[in-house]
Amino acid sequence: MRNAPPDRMLLTGNHAVAWAARLARPKVLPVYPITPQTPILEKLSEFEAKGELDAEVITPESEHSVMAASIAASLAGARVFTATASQGLLLMHELLHYASGARAPIVVANVNRTVASPWGFWPDETDSLAQRDAGWIQFYCESAQDCLDTVIAAFRIAESVLVPAMVNLDAFYVSHALEPVSVPGQELVDAFLPPYSPPHRIDPQNPESWGNVVSQEMYCRHRRDLGEAMARVFEVALETEREWSRLTGRSSPIIERYRCEGARTVIVAMGSLCGTARDAVDALREGAEAVGLLKVRLFRPLPVEALRAALAGVAEILVLDRNYSPGYGGVLHQELRGALYGIADPPKIHGRLAGVGGVNVSAERIAELVREAAAGEARRESVWVEG
Amino acid sequence: MNAPSAIVLAAKDFKSDTKPVWCPGCGDFGVLTSLARALADLSLRSEEVVLVSGIGCSSRLPAYTTCYGFHGVHGRALPLATGLKIARPDLTVIALGGDGDGYSIGGNHFLHACRRNVDLTYIVMDNHVYGMTKGQASPTTEPDWDNPLTPGGIGVRPFQPLVIALASGANFVARAFSGNIVGSAEIIAEAIRTPGFAFVEILSPCVTYRPEQRQWKELVRPAPVGATDDPARAARRILTDDGFNLGVLYCGSRKPYQPQTVREKKTLEDVAREFRL
Repeated sequence: MRNAPPDRMLLTGNHAVAWAARLARPKVLPVYPITPQTPILEKLSEFEAKGELDAEVITPESEHSVMAASIAASLAGARVFTATASQGLLLMHELLHYASGARAPIVVANVNRTVASPWGFWPDETDSLAQRDAGWIQFYCESAQDCLDTVIAAFRIAESVLVPAMVNLDAFYVSHALEPVSVPGQELVDAFLPPYSPPHRIDPQNPESWGNVVSQEMYCRHRRDLGEAMARVFEVALETEREWSRLTGRSSPIIERYRCEGARTVIVAMGSLCGTARDAVDALREGAEAVGLLKVRLFRPLPVEALRAALAGVAEILVLDRNYSPGYGGVLHQELRGALYGIADPPKIHGRLAGVGGVNVSAERIAELVREAAAGEARRESVWVEG
Repeated sequence: MNAPSAIVLAAKDFKSDTKPVWCPGCGDFGVLTSLARALADLSLRSEEVVLVSGIGCSSRLPAYTTCYGFHGVHGRALPLATGLKIARPDLTVIALGGDGDGYSIGGNHFLHACRRNVDLTYIVMDNHVYGMTKGQASPTTEPDWDNPLTPGGIGVRPFQPLVIALASGANFVARAFSGNIVGSAEIIAEAIRTPGFAFVEILSPCVTYRPEQRQWKELVRPAPVGATDDPARAARRILTDDGFNLGVLYCGSRKPYQPQTVREKKTLEDVAREFRL
């Protein structure tokens, strides 16, 4: 096969995303640069220029226009991919809602970066968590390999339920860190991800229309349809994971339990913090402390049942949030409190704002936070952690 | 603009202690020096001037001055500056940024700022490239310029900022070159003095991603004729030159947009009193 990738490559998170997108064979790539995402789109443009990717690359004048172009191309029946970060994602906000309402299964990689003001270029997940009500599936990735596997899976899941998907990776810790990545062959990905063929598309031979003005009842029904599609994500994601595991030997569950057997305390986190938390768990386990990690990979739809099952019987939960919702606290902390509401023998849930604005959180610091949490009462509000 | 003040500041007084993070050789250093000189020549004071920018290398400029600065979001310097000037017509408001910021994501605002003709000065440091994101094609980039995001060139006709400004109603249109400190300072000062929306395009080389722009210093020359007040004539001249004629190319007399209420001018002591705890 022409330009077959070697199985193992040394890739940044950004380039792992680009390889995954290339293997998914998107037909339209609207692009706009923004730090720290630009290497994703530059790599895809390079693939296209070398003739290794048969896609139309277009350069709209802003991220808002990128999303507008993405919606129309997707509704025309093309597989669409783009990438953005921070302010770029915020500028897309209006059209993120439009995309999910129009049921355009676009896949976007978002590099999580602080939002202004003040300006910063550091890892922080508030940009994408602020889009949680936009009707997009949201994944959070821990490593370059996670990025590659998730982008490919995201196309399959999004196109199965006709809901757009956002794959998030933390700035620099994931986007720019080099890691060995297993890159599957094109034939494997083609077998896993068939060409996009939506049941409805813009087709002059079979006229349909999108975005009409509707009655209150129709609008309400439309929202419910979107909710039902979201609810199907769990089943589709499970089936997708099984198939990916069969083909590659790698498993990427929507939530992952790491050393949670008999755990008294479970750390709950998303994105790059999970890698550090694994080290903290290993160190604590070495000291015979019963601590595990639960990685939330799928945040929207929130896997409430899976979370309740995974955390039943745990005494203490320590939630680490690399994000901040002023006036309420850490988003994952507050969502988890809601998800576990009414559970029998409820665990104490400690929320920590750890790593907001890119503040470094070491494995040692996480181990300290575990001990401090177990020694104190759980507070309703999220607690700030200094770097 | 403000009336000249009694205490005259020198150009260096308008530069802050913050060291610019621009690459060595960046044209924006020259623009900073020209702007400082223009403000001194106009006998303005730092607290009477606000610099509003968007995002990009050139949009860092406000921090390198002692004036009030507003580092806004990508492409939105002009709406910010408009709101500020309408609320505080007593201040001298200068919007500035780059070609990527002003003509791409902010292009729509450029048209409407020209139309509205608020008494603002808009300085665009044009280097035909997105520099901060490491070298992608901007709206003024040549269609065949090879770059990582659009290999082989973007293949799109460049934006014509000066004629677009004329067609949209800007009251003052000029072209300057960052390497000509005195000439650029004179043009900036004239732009600030002229009522209404004044647009100054400054050719400001990016020696990192567009090293061939070092040649601009050999290509620029004063425009062979002075400014006209006929927009059609100015447009024809701009469309038929090679992009290197410098000077004021158009100066009209359209009445600027004026807010209905004008506040009294404050002294530095008034401002200090407001900030006293």
